[in-house]
Amino acid sequence: MFIADYSAKNIYDEMFSSEGFPRKSYDFVKTKMESLGGIELVKRSSSAERALMSLGITFTLYGDGGEQERIMPFDVIPRIVPSEEWINMEKGLKQRIQALNLFLTDIYGEGKILKDKIIPRELIESSSGYLKQCIGIKPPKDIWIHITGTDLVRDGAGAFHVLEDNLRCPSGVSYVLENREVMKRTFPELFEKLNIRQVYDYPYHLRSMLENLTDVVDPVIAVWTPGVFNSAYYEHSFLAQKMGVYLVEGSDLIVENHKVYMKTTKGLRKVDVIYRRIDDTFMDQSTFRPDSLLGVKGIFEAFKRGNVALANAPGTGVADDKVIYSYVPKIIKYYLGEEPIIPNVPTYLCSETADLKFVLDNIHNLVVKAANGAGGYGMIIGPKASKQEQEDFKELIKADPRNYIAQPVLNLSTVPTLIADKIESRHVDLRPFILYGKDIYVMPGGLTRVALRKGSLVVNSSQGGGSKDTWVLG
Amino acid sequence: MLSRVAESVFWMNRYIERAENYSRFIDVNHQLSLDLHEEVPNQWLPLVHTTGDIELFEKRYSSPSPVNIIRFMTFDEENPNSIFQCLSRARENARTIRENISTSMWEVLNEFYLFVKDYRKVYMESSEIHGDTLSMGLSDFLSTVRKSCQSFYGCSDATISHDEVWNFSLLGRFLERADKTTRILDMKYFILLPSVHDVGSTLDLLQWLSLLKSASAHEMYNQKYKRVDPTDIAEFLILNETFPRSIFFCIQEMQEALDKISGIKEGLPRNLAQDATTVYLNRLRSENIKSIFDKGLHEYLDDIQIELNHIGSKIVERFFTN
Repeated sequence: MFIADYSAKNIYDEMFSSEGFPRKSYDFVKTKMESLGGIELVKRSSSAERALMSLGITFTLYGDGGEQERIMPFDVIPRIVPSEEWINMEKGLKQRIQALNLFLTDIYGEGKILKDKIIPRELIESSSGYLKQCIGIKPPKDIWIHITGTDLVRDGAGAFHVLEDNLRCPSGVSYVLENREVMKRTFPELFEKLNIRQVYDYPYHLRSMLENLTDVVDPVIAVWTPGVFNSAYYEHSFLAQKMGVYLVEGSDLIVENHKVYMKTTKGLRKVDVIYRRIDDTFMDQSTFRPDSLLGVKGIFEAFKRGNVALANAPGTGVADDKVIYSYVPKIIKYYLGEEPIIPNVPTYLCSETADLKFVLDNIHNLVVKAANGAGGYGMIIGPKASKQEQEDFKELIKADPRNYIAQPVLNLSTVPTLIADKIESRHVDLRPFILYGKDIYVMPGGLTRVALRKGSLVVNSSQGGGSKDTWVLG
Repeated sequence: MLSRVAESVFWMNRYIERAENYSRFIDVNHQLSLDLHEEVPNQWLPLVHTTGDIELFEKRYSSPSPVNIIRFMTFDEENPNSIFQCLSRARENARTIRENISTSMWEVLNEFYLFVKDYRKVYMESSEIHGDTLSMGLSDFLSTVRKSCQSFYGCSDATISHDEVWNFSLLGRFLERADKTTRILDMKYFILLPSVHDVGSTLDLLQWLSLLKSASAHEMYNQKYKRVDPTDIAEFLILNETFPRSIFFCIQEMQEALDKISGIKEGLPRNLAQDATTVYLNRLRSENIKSIFDKGLHEYLDDIQIELNHIGSKIVERFFTN
């Protein structure tokens, strides 16, 4: 049988134990996949891809062959998270978001954590996500981070770690929802048999979370997109559509008397809540970057005066700075008096002398990342880099130690993945989505990203990664 | 609704309507050419005249051969009005207003676009090889284009609320349709008969008949009139109150859509777009086919196009710019 050659040695595989037995949660799926066989699986996989194509869930690649429209690669073998693991993860994520929110309230307010010297003040003030314009601001209901996408990975022993928090405009949730729809069409028999926790109500949770940000009855809500050329535009319009709210661009909005209005066929209409998918500093030319072509003049002042709610609030970026990330366990302890439920990946700070020396001496064994890098850019994976690349990167680090952190190379867990007509093992991570409204909602599952190149650890879609449906069994 | 969205909805529908009309133009002409063979060697060029793209065509192609004209009107990337370009732009517009339309509308349009794109690729590659022969399967292709446009309309009719988005759709659709009907009628002006003796000949009638077919009006016309007659045809396509492609019908639909968008209340000032439409509709009501022919059909059709442009610019001013 085609799945029999699969090897999961020296690694944590989601489907198979190191002895080669399927894990309990995968029992049924594995049997089913085997009985379907390679040909049927390939057939279903291509019809799933066709469905994604006609739904138009595509992005455009520009290359020598001209423009090419592609779907985000999608693998039909699901990633399963057993419910007992999920319960713990859910708790851990809620704990983390709560602590990070208290942290933001504090550093833009009293600054107790700085006075108590838990985190050096200069680290905060030198973070590019820290906006001094936000000092003294009280966002509605004291919530700063409304939507979070936290990246989780397993280590070699199978324990989950937080790799990073995405607190600004985390994307990918539309893939979770669309992948699920396609999977239901592709393997209805699996859905009939297994109790897979549903995700389709995410847009309703999102909407009620946004409604919670204002006292206006029947508020006008909008998703703010940079526009149709943004790579996540599909997601922006998808969420607006599923929530039944407006999708606006900067040019659709105008601020008058410190209130935000949108330009409609019936004149100006006040906007109460904005889910913005545009970076902090591009939001308002009069407060931040004057060269922004996407922003709306005066919107920050309107927000400051409480005339419009913004989700996520401006200024949250300081809490997902990769240097601040290394302090999150301390942050949790400081504000909640609890031990972190999900540990961080061990992290070296190049701003610390001892750590810096260690990183420079051991770069061949480490992953080094820029504090504000994203999408797989501004990083080096030591063991995969040439001697020259390592030396070049060392110079970058020495020039700006504050901007770099290093972590051991994690042996990310793997999931069997259909490559051409064979099953091979590929590394994955997991991005669950968390909403902070009246209470905290964690979507059961999340986006599993797959590194499609053999042996690769880079899962970002901008670097050729794909995705899988994630099943939490109820 | 957002002004930007209203404008995109409007244009999305114009492009779809245009693609549908082009596919019928080309198909009818193709069928006619199969009947006529060499009798009328230059019968393809009037098509390009009618659509107003003659300058661009002459810039891009050295001869008005059938294959060049078909390629220009169907697949040419540089012709903003080719079926392929209309579809690309309609889809691009749909993408920017995705949250305002239903998933099934989007799917119909997206699959439609992918179909045209794939077909175009095959056509462009094979027409390189086969020189100036007409591509096999052209009729099937054009018929799929028409059906897809109609399923798009059907789908939007049945799956979105008949509120503002819908009414701006109708505005775009009927403005475009009225424009194309004038152009279809005007086609006869550009088709020269071999000699004046041929007026009223079989060839002449065949041409009038194909013109009716280009407007999808052949059958409905036959139900109302007993013979193929230029005056009757013009009357049907300009003044008929119930045929959905007549100028009168289109303007009437636009008036209704505009009233619904703007809201009509006693004492409420009407906007300029409403005014322009109503004034023109009343003028049409007072006209008859004899006075139209007295003025000269070609000149009269020019006049309609000017009126349509006027209404169009009032819509833009009132709703899309602020």
